[in-house]
Amino acid sequence: MNEDAGPIFRQVADQIENAIVDGSLAEESQAPSSNELAAFHRINPATAAKGLNQLVADGVLYKRRGVGMFVAPGAREQLLKRRRSEFADQYVRPLMTEAQKLGISPRELTALIADWEDQ
Amino acid sequence: MTATAAVTVDDVTMRFREHTALDGVSTTFARDSITGLLGRNGAGKTTLMQLVTGHRVPTTGSVHVFGASPYENDSVLQDVCFVREGQRYPDHFRVQDALSAAAMLFPNWDADLARSLLRDFDLPAKRTIKKLSRGMTSAVGIIIGLASRAPLTLFDEPYLGLDAVARQLFYDRLIADYAEQPRTVVLSTHLIEEIAPLLERVLLIDRGRVLLDDDAESLRHSAVTVSGPAEHVQAFARRHDLLHAESLGGHTRAVVRVTDGDARQAAADTGLTVEPTNLQQLIVAMSLQTPGERAPLQPAPPADLEEVS
Repeated sequence: MNEDAGPIFRQVADQIENAIVDGSLAEESQAPSSNELAAFHRINPATAAKGLNQLVADGVLYKRRGVGMFVAPGAREQLLKRRRSEFADQYVRPLMTEAQKLGISPRELTALIADWEDQ
Repeated sequence: MTATAAVTVDDVTMRFREHTALDGVSTTFARDSITGLLGRNGAGKTTLMQLVTGHRVPTTGSVHVFGASPYENDSVLQDVCFVREGQRYPDHFRVQDALSAAAMLFPNWDADLARSLLRDFDLPAKRTIKKLSRGMTSAVGIIIGLASRAPLTLFDEPYLGLDAVARQLFYDRLIADYAEQPRTVVLSTHLIEEIAPLLERVLLIDRGRVLLDDDAESLRHSAVTVSGPAEHVQAFARRHDLLHAESLGGHTRAVVRVTDGDARQAAADTGLTVEPTNLQQLIVAMSLQTPGERAPLQPAPPADLEEVS
């Protein structure tokens, strides 16, 4: 985990979300336990548990008593939907700020993106 | 909080003749948690650990461990393992003698764990401790601290002379064993960056007083480093809690504690460069502040908290 990148529990949650989005952690499959996450990332088990509980609260994971945490059905679609809605703020905003600094107009930017696609 | 506290320190002051080592310290160590006890040399970390482990009695105030005073209290102390910086052993003791002695002392002693740690750290069991290197002697302390499985385990700068590989081994085994058998761990260290992810709580003391006593995750999120034109940085810092600032020409960089989540965006919107501030940077910035004095907006000495021994 990266000490400089904000709360560690959030990073744990993000990483599990990434695995769900890219399909490596399928729906209804078991998520890693907090102890496994703690050992792998070398973090406090309570922090790992906090990350998992966040995902349970968000409905991305669900608990099976005595067994562990599993990826909820529909979790991937839910995450994609959320990430699409956050896309503008997380990616377009910094892009526009930097473009403005460099004097690149929105029109030129659009052309750049179109060129990018052709490559 | 008190119901789940392994250790309660209540308004403790500790004086040695003219010197006040601890000055009105109150804190708790929650049951089954890992706390980093941080601060500069001479801040009072070791004194606090000595009080908690019954090696000293406070001048005023009280210390409770599992609900009782630890001083000369065997029923409490059998549940407490204190791994001291530069721990000494009897001259004739071999590594295995130190481990056998510890096995008799601690009711929860895990002999299998001790054996496997001995292998991990590559320690010669039959060698006299006196003849071990600095780092190997530290490893003996770490093995005792982990294998004791004491409900309260304190490590005071446990890794003098330990190389990076051995330290990593210590962190890995600590996390693995803690996950298997949760207990209360207090760890004092100057290698903040290395242990930061392991910590659940942070207690920072400076000149005998508590500077910070908080959840590690909230602290990680509580400070930002902003840089840009001096007047913009100053304007931003005035609205928050300025900890430390340095300037070069018209450019200023400041470590600022922020209270609301919008502060980062607000700083970025005024054109400042905003960087996250990790635990070590926050601790250094706070320790550089003299009590009752705001950090000046001018060049400051380099931010070395501590040389690594």
